[in-house]
Amino acid sequence: MPLSPDEASRFADLLKGHAEKLATRWTDSVATSLRGRLSSAELQRQTGDLQKAFQQALAGGAVDVTDDAAAELRAQLAEISNSRARQGFNATETAVSVYALKDAMLEILGEQSDVATLRDYVAFSTFVDRAALFTFDNYVRVREALIADQAEQLLELSTPVVKLWEGVVAVPLVGTLDSARAQVVMERLLQTLVDTGSPYAIIDITGVPAVDTQVAQHILKTVVAARLMGADCIISGIRPQIAQTIVALGIEFGDIATKASLADALRYVLGKTSYRVVAAKRPER
Amino acid sequence: MERVPVLKIGDILLVSIQIDMEDQTALQLQEDLAERIVVTGCHGVIIDISALDIVDSFVGRTLATIASVSRVLDAETVVVGMRPAVAITLVELGLSLPGIRTALNVELGIEMLARSREDEYADDDEDEADPATVTTP
Amino acid sequence: MNDESQRIPVSTDQDVVRVRQLVRTVAVAVKLSLVDQTKLVTAASELARNTLVYGMGGMVEVSRVHNDRRGGIRIVFADQGPGIVDLDLALTDGYTTGGGLGLGLSGARRLVDEFEIETEPGKGTTVTVVKWCR
Repeated sequence: MPLSPDEASRFADLLKGHAEKLATRWTDSVATSLRGRLSSAELQRQTGDLQKAFQQALAGGAVDVTDDAAAELRAQLAEISNSRARQGFNATETAVSVYALKDAMLEILGEQSDVATLRDYVAFSTFVDRAALFTFDNYVRVREALIADQAEQLLELSTPVVKLWEGVVAVPLVGTLDSARAQVVMERLLQTLVDTGSPYAIIDITGVPAVDTQVAQHILKTVVAARLMGADCIISGIRPQIAQTIVALGIEFGDIATKASLADALRYVLGKTSYRVVAAKRPER
Repeated sequence: MERVPVLKIGDILLVSIQIDMEDQTALQLQEDLAERIVVTGCHGVIIDISALDIVDSFVGRTLATIASVSRVLDAETVVVGMRPAVAITLVELGLSLPGIRTALNVELGIEMLARSREDEYADDDEDEADPATVTTP
Repeated sequence: MNDESQRIPVSTDQDVVRVRQLVRTVAVAVKLSLVDQTKLVTAASELARNTLVYGMGGMVEVSRVHNDRRGGIRIVFADQGPGIVDLDLALTDGYTTGGGLGLGLSGARRLVDEFEIETEPGKGTTVTVVKWCR
């Protein structure tokens, strides 16, 4: 049952008239559910702001959270969900911060028990429910954004390109390669070739648990792109199962050099440049 | 129409493409280069494309033609400085630029030309030393 | 939903360069990644050249587009040229009637997220491509 403009203004008056009592009751109730993980000063400030926003929205004739008069209320709700999401509170704890207003309101109305009041309260309750849903939606959105940010940071962290020797760089790939990560690796590797002027790159896939057609395609494209730029790629660390998969999938590695280990790959590259790896002679005693 | 300058440095012609070329400019460059190879007798051409933010199939084809024509005129062509984003795009486009030698930068390009010149003379020596090697078709 | 669309007539080599530069500017404005910018500008260059060479000139329209999740660019290449008789063949790698490499249409399709082509022999060809931000 939606709120009527009449009821809205009645509740606006109630909110104003019992401001202090409501605030105390509301804050207490939220504090219990958050179990002291937020300072009471902070909580009082938030609840106070929210209460003011509710009061203003209802006084302005808002009968739903989406109304123009509720713009300030929406901003406050968004802020609450933002800060709750970032501080690591869960969805219930966030929603309760709004729902608790209902309990507080019920307590104030508790002194009168006629049918009209009950009807008013149900309408008001619907309004608060909507506000809580709005908060919840916003909370989910913020959490999703946080997760996306973290995934990006992980991507940054997990793809180092290291210099092995003068003119030789290596990318040790660790973990599952999906399309997005393969793309990042590819771009990072090619950029490093330019920045360091290294004509050789070793892509080591010892830490990659599985290679499917898509991953193999990405590696192949990287090798071809590097070649277009004037650099050679060697793939090392192909484990037996992966070699089996590559053959079973019918992926052609063509004339791309593949080596069993990073050490073999480095020896191969040094052999192609002017370096040679020989055992140092021990001085005669 | 703008023109791309061709510089002569020792035995090498250096071309640094700094502008977004019209197709006509690319064709003009192709002609200019052939001309300059003959006039100067240079044996190496370096085309620096590090300032190009894209290479489409037309520019790709022009580079390939330049390489083939210079080869006929006894000059080796090396394309240097291709940007990573350009290389990734060319792979996706399906353009693999066969017959074009590439290097990461001008310096490595010059080294590459010097090395292939050395190899060529070394091969010549071998041929003279071993006149018995004659392959029959 | 779209805003700020810009049109460039294509009738000379220089216009192809102009199309590339406009697409680059808009691609930067909608914050495409560097690689995606390069892919889109390359595709635009191929398609604008097709409009010029095969379509006997035409019009290119670049606009910013949005859906509920992200922004992107839409480019429309329209000509009133001879049209394409066998579309499947024209979209095959390596097929050309103009002495090119035959990678224009098929290659450009791989460089964008959405690719649509409408053609009628004798009436002309319209190619519409869209690239979305990641």
